[in-house]
Amino acid sequence: MSRIERRFAALRDEGRKAFVAYVMAGDPDEATALEVVKGLPGAGVDIIELGIPFTDPMADGPAIQAAGQRALGAGMTLAKTLETVRAFRETDGDTPIVLMGYYNPIYSMGVDAFLAAAVEVGVDGLIVVDLPPEEDDELCVPANAAGLNFIRLATPTTDDRRLPKVLENTSGFVYYVSITGITGAGAANAGQVAPEVARIKAAGGLPVCVGFGIKTPGSAAEVAGVADGVVVGSAIVERIGRGDSPADVLAFVKSLADAAHGV
Amino acid sequence: MNTIAPNSFRTGPDERGRFGQFGGRFVSETLMPLILDLEAEYEKAKTDPAFWDEMDHLWKHYVGRPSPLYFAPRLTEHLGGAKIYLKRDELNHTGAHKINNVLGQILLARRMGKTRIIAETGAGQHGVATATVCARFGLKCIVYMGKADVERQKPNVFRMRLLGAEVVPVTSGRGTLKDAMNEALRDWVTYVEDTFYCIGTVAGPHPYPAMVRDFQSIIGKEVREQMQEQEGRLPDSLVACIGGGSNAMGLFHPFLDDKDVRIIGVEAGGHGVDDRMEHCASLTGGRPGVLHGNRTYLLQDGDGQILEGHSISAGLDYPGIGPEHSWLHETGRVEYVSVTDAEALEAFQLSCRTEGIIPALEPSHALAHVAKIAPDLPSDHLLVMNMCGRGDKDIFTVADALGTTI
Repeated sequence: MSRIERRFAALRDEGRKAFVAYVMAGDPDEATALEVVKGLPGAGVDIIELGIPFTDPMADGPAIQAAGQRALGAGMTLAKTLETVRAFRETDGDTPIVLMGYYNPIYSMGVDAFLAAAVEVGVDGLIVVDLPPEEDDELCVPANAAGLNFIRLATPTTDDRRLPKVLENTSGFVYYVSITGITGAGAANAGQVAPEVARIKAAGGLPVCVGFGIKTPGSAAEVAGVADGVVVGSAIVERIGRGDSPADVLAFVKSLADAAHGV
Repeated sequence: MNTIAPNSFRTGPDERGRFGQFGGRFVSETLMPLILDLEAEYEKAKTDPAFWDEMDHLWKHYVGRPSPLYFAPRLTEHLGGAKIYLKRDELNHTGAHKINNVLGQILLARRMGKTRIIAETGAGQHGVATATVCARFGLKCIVYMGKADVERQKPNVFRMRLLGAEVVPVTSGRGTLKDAMNEALRDWVTYVEDTFYCIGTVAGPHPYPAMVRDFQSIIGKEVREQMQEQEGRLPDSLVACIGGGSNAMGLFHPFLDDKDVRIIGVEAGGHGVDDRMEHCASLTGGRPGVLHGNRTYLLQDGDGQILEGHSISAGLDYPGIGPEHSWLHETGRVEYVSVTDAEALEAFQLSCRTEGIIPALEPSHALAHVAKIAPDLPSDHLLVMNMCGRGDKDIFTVADALGTTI
């Protein structure tokens, strides 16, 4: 059982929903980002999504674009992102970490070298936005073989004809994108999301976490009510961008986590 | 290179949209169903005579095709070698080859019932062509253009607005063509129902590289016929400039299996192809990577971060290249070279003075390479260069580079 599967099993036993938080590695700099990442489990985060900075984040809105620019400007790389995971694992052996980003930095490092390093430092899963099922032999199949979960995005455009293909090599959980659009845009609507979550769960049986457009404790609670978990990224990253201290960022994260957990 | 030459160079891509290892469909899940729909519609249109009848009619009566294949006597005499022909695609409506492709995509958009057209543009030629055809068919048009390009291509920005298009300056990244393409993709992922993304070059996810190539291949098909008429045989060499590579692919593709035809693509060498990376020569100075939906040669750093590059020509200022070019490079079928800003500027003036043709800075790159090789070729060597755009849009840039003010 992977660390992600163990976490969902435990949450199920406790009758709780998962709170997933996204932050960008190296934002605004390597040390500050590590301090935030290390504080996330204490703030109630069940699964950490750690962004790999990339110059051309085609699926991201202004907040995460800016976070990537700050990180790259401070000298962040994929290799250093893996070092952040290694440093986190020295203090936390249980909280799953999912790397989220785009394919080119991974392709540039070499898929085999990347997967070996990711397993070694303690990465649990991957979300690679520009690798749809049609390109599964690039990274998804080798990642699954290396023991990492490959978490796929399902979207409002993923119809019933296509859903089995999307779920085929997916493991860990399914990330349902609540809106058509980029990260940080729009607002997730629990009423619209509920039947989609049910449809995806029925097709694959994996836990479904919902992200994109969840910005406040209120919407986190609402969407958590109809899914297995919620993901918040842009709203957290915006606070890092405006210069909030790690303590203030983590206090905000805790308010989201508490809401998602129904505390 | 270590790739085995195929029996034909004209059968790609495969069913996964690959040319060898290049191409593919590297897009987010939201866009994947849209790209599959587009592929299915294009496959239908491709074999529908009614689709091509409409294209032919518009190409003839709206664009002004066929464009002439013009023997350039004074240029030939000046260079003192090969017999130089210019394919005059700069005479098309809107002043460049871009409209050949836009017409095809807009007709497809109409077949698909899409009412909102988005496009990216660098120099503004593709944006102007898209705005033009949208006006012709009464479609809403939104053009994404890097902020830096909006500033250096003001006449084209005004043209697009006159034609009723909304021009959106893109401030993300460094505000050039690749950032405009990112923003267009962000738009498409948001407005999936009614929007058609009209890509301007032979890049992007499958089926765009093949589809844009097919629409631009009218250039090479005409050259084959026109050269038969004028010289009774095929040309000996073809030369075209390459940013994304659509004008070049349009000229080259119909000749790829004529093994005696030498084919040369000319990339933008900027300030010189070296470690400073102040150029846009993806093949000569980059390595394979994945960006904007396809695997191809890219300018990138050691971490796989995309570099901006530099060229005096906004139309060549792109860190990638169409995936089919990457494949033709690795198979060795097409030679790829680069030409610097300074060499292109010199060729620009040469064309003005010897032939009375003010070329765009993009084909000036191709001409600069012609000027390098033509003198050493025999006088019966038939060389065709694609004059893919006219230079009106570039006079401010050129004046600036020559130290004059207009």
